[in-house]
Amino acid sequence: MQLEILISKFQQKDEKAFEKLYRMYSESMHGVIYNIVRDHALAEEVMQDVFIKAWNNANSYSAEKGRFFTWILNIARNAAIDKTRSKTFKNSRKNLDAEYFVDILQHSDSLDDQTDAIGIKKFVSQLAKKCIEVIELLYFQGFTQKEASETLDIPIGTIKTRNRNCIKELRTIVLN
Amino acid sequence: MDINAYIASGILELYVAGALSEDENKEVYQMMHKYPEVRQEVLDIEAAIVKLTAATSNIKNADLLQAIKDKLTFNAPDAHTKVISITKPKYNWLTYTGWAAALIIGAGLLWTLNQNQELESNLNTAEIENAYLEEQIINSRSVLADSKKLLNFLRDKDIISVPLGGQGEFANTYAKVYWNKKDNSIYLDAQGLPEAPSGKVYQVWSLKLNPLTPTSLGTIDDFNTDDNKIFAIANANQSEAFGITLEPEGGSETPTMEQLYTLGVVPAPAP
Repeated sequence: MQLEILISKFQQKDEKAFEKLYRMYSESMHGVIYNIVRDHALAEEVMQDVFIKAWNNANSYSAEKGRFFTWILNIARNAAIDKTRSKTFKNSRKNLDAEYFVDILQHSDSLDDQTDAIGIKKFVSQLAKKCIEVIELLYFQGFTQKEASETLDIPIGTIKTRNRNCIKELRTIVLN
Repeated sequence: MDINAYIASGILELYVAGALSEDENKEVYQMMHKYPEVRQEVLDIEAAIVKLTAATSNIKNADLLQAIKDKLTFNAPDAHTKVISITKPKYNWLTYTGWAAALIIGAGLLWTLNQNQELESNLNTAEIENAYLEEQIINSRSVLADSKKLLNFLRDKDIISVPLGGQGEFANTYAKVYWNKKDNSIYLDAQGLPEAPSGKVYQVWSLKLNPLTPTSLGTIDDFNTDDNKIFAIANANQSEAFGITLEPEGGSETPTMEQLYTLGVVPAPAP
């Protein structure tokens, strides 16, 4: 219930509520954005835009339409993808296609202390490729169930259950 | 509905991912309110995803929040003026109307003041005209009184009328004396004389003929400025004739005969 109050305050332009929500979700949004643009400066720039956009359009959010996290996640993904479509981005970077979020996890030595770095790494090492793919598309890229099923060439129903099982596995690792 | 089967379907994981349709989202929302275990499941899924996505972040810039706050002008003095600016149009409308009203009233006042001054000026003019007319009436009355007095004098049966004819080179000049022997006064009508040149005055003489003895009756100093050219002069002499000469200012002891303009003999009284 506390989150609902926080969001309602945020919608009433409460600066403290904004700060609190920022601390709750900024790292997560940055991870998603960085995974798409793969550039530190650019990721920070996009994240600023995302939270400014969220502040300015706070009233367009409604709990009936979905989770607040999902709402801001959607803004972040769209903003990051928009950035990758810009001309300057295309000219500077060409080869991103084959990369998944796991690359960042596997190659990074400086994962934030707040996250359960060891647990996540363990999870990633245990995850089957089919889990990595479906999580990448559904959460990091914002694909719909249908888009994911077409991209991975598997039935829609399979996407749903496979994803359910992968997240279940994730939860046992990161949430105890 | 079998809640466990609903949870196990995987719809809640897609809900958090934002991969559902609008209608499906509404349905999950209602289920969350209806069943606490659905709600808890969603919260757990969300927490796991937040952790996973945050793990891929390697955010270095701690000032990022401050940068965003600066861009949103939090804590800045004009953050509050921004709020005020919403009501600004109202304020402006009132101000403009106020100023317009003030201007109209001001203009009205000026106009009234102007009108008042004009009326006062008109009143002044009327008063001056009034005073002028009053003066004219007084003047007319005085002139009328003078004329009546003159008329009464001329009508007196004892009046002797003596016409004075032009002399020598002044032949075209003339004058007339009305003499009342009883009150020893004459009226000289000198309309037939030209204006006296500057530095000169006309002098009136009473004459005895045998021997010729002139007696001055005085100079007419205000001849040029007098309107009707009729002058009242005292005369106690037993005059036999009257003459008028032009003399230097102040008059002369004896008449200058070269400058004798008019002369007339008193007719002998009827037997």
